[in-house]
Amino acid sequence: MRALQAAAGVDAGDTAWMLAATALVLLMTPALGLFYAGLVREKNTLNTFMMCVAALSVATICFALVGYSLAFDGDGSLVGGLGHVFLQGVGFEPRDGTTIPHLLFFAFQTTFCIITTALVSGAVVERMRFGPFLIFAALWSILVYSVLAHWAFGGGWLQAGGTLDFAGGIPVEMGSGFSALAAALVVGARKDYGRQALLPHNAMYVLVGAGLLWFGWFGFNGGSGFGANDASVLAFVNTLLTPAAALLVWFVLDLLRGRQVTAIGAATAIIVGCVAITPAGGFISPGWALVLGGLAALPSYAVIVWRTRTRVDETLDVLAAHGIAGLTGIVFIGVVAQMSWNGVSDGLLYGNAEQLGSQLLAVLAAPAYAFGATYALLRIIGAFTALRGPDRDEAVGMDIIHHGEEAYVRGEGAILITPEGSVEDELAAVGPGSR
Amino acid sequence: MKLVIAVVRPDKANDVLEALYRAEVRGLSLSRVQGHGGELERVETYRGATVKMGLTDKVRFEIAVSDEFVEPTIDALCEGGQTGEVGDGKIFVVALERVVRIRTGERDHGAVTPVGS
Repeated sequence: MRALQAAAGVDAGDTAWMLAATALVLLMTPALGLFYAGLVREKNTLNTFMMCVAALSVATICFALVGYSLAFDGDGSLVGGLGHVFLQGVGFEPRDGTTIPHLLFFAFQTTFCIITTALVSGAVVERMRFGPFLIFAALWSILVYSVLAHWAFGGGWLQAGGTLDFAGGIPVEMGSGFSALAAALVVGARKDYGRQALLPHNAMYVLVGAGLLWFGWFGFNGGSGFGANDASVLAFVNTLLTPAAALLVWFVLDLLRGRQVTAIGAATAIIVGCVAITPAGGFISPGWALVLGGLAALPSYAVIVWRTRTRVDETLDVLAAHGIAGLTGIVFIGVVAQMSWNGVSDGLLYGNAEQLGSQLLAVLAAPAYAFGATYALLRIIGAFTALRGPDRDEAVGMDIIHHGEEAYVRGEGAILITPEGSVEDELAAVGPGSR
Repeated sequence: MKLVIAVVRPDKANDVLEALYRAEVRGLSLSRVQGHGGELERVETYRGATVKMGLTDKVRFEIAVSDEFVEPTIDALCEGGQTGEVGDGKIFVVALERVVRIRTGERDHGAVTPVGS
């Protein structure tokens, strides 16, 4: 009865927490769909959410087939091997360096690939065609996410060189943020961008989405210790502290700028805080986590304000909220990491300047790769098929054009079409006497 | 005095507003309506139920103007609302019997002339 007991080296408590954490991270993708859908116009609600749903499908499949192997098989410098292609050798035995089944480790990592792929869609919503997006999402999850995940987590050159990234500041946050910038540049601005005010259509979705994202982030960061251990507890608690501080500072920035605290600003601040603590969660003290929240709000706020004044229609500010906040978190580790808290390394303030050097290396390399690879990938896809439709499609809205549905459909004037024909045909077939 | 009623595409509403402001037509009401003109019907599918959507979302402008403003208003509506494809909408001009500004009790020409002009 081998299947009924855990394989040797697998810890039941660790496995239990990681099962729950994996489900928590999966929830983040529909939560992101809600967050994004609220930020776009009514006519693009479904399409925006569907891009996240698309990631749930294609990123999962691509990661299972190839991506996971490229990210986590062997410790090649730039990319992993093909030993785990089609999940070969991924079973109940513990994953090296953890006390959880390899299969569960794979599932946990897959949820990261999904949310990261979904994040990039924020740069191209309201205009990119759905078909080309599916192709992009599939290839991006393999060529960009899996490679960066290998560098940061899978034994690649950054990890081997001592760069610390607890839960994905490199592949998830900087990876999505700088890819988003490239995607926005290749796909181009929406037709009305800079000419009309393109406003969020439902601030409530944005707030609920941000709340659910924060909830899921406890699994994201709290699970990145791969067990019910000190690192996970530290990251879990820091995931509570950093967004709280980011919120407060965002309130103050809003007050200084517009004399009012905005709700969508608050939702953004929650994301910025969660992102900033993502790389640093298990490496810095709770006190520094609070400081990080306050600090991280500043550059992200500045980039959001600056970006909206440019011609770059990076529509949902993935660069500011993820790229820049992730970068802040990665650098912050190099300054305030504490051996007494993480058991791994000290930062600059605790006498280890070298750590800051390793962190800065990641800050140069990851954005450069994410931007360059995404730019090239979209250019290549764009050479085969149009990335966006005509202006008329954009005017009608992506929901009707690409999905044949509307988010807020009103039934007046709608006529049911039965497979055999229209209602009138059916009534006619019954015969005149029946009316 | 005339009441100018225009039914336009929702995504052209902002362009129409812009054109109206440029033509110095400043008093107007706007509402979201659904209507049916000559445009093709959309087919949508909800959980296997295929539906022909007979009505399309439109925006209706109602603008009461003095006689000399009728033509500029029509020009602005056409300029802002036109895409050249079926579904751009229509303009209806109807005679207006009386207009009263509630705040001052002004009648007719005085009431349709925006404050400050």
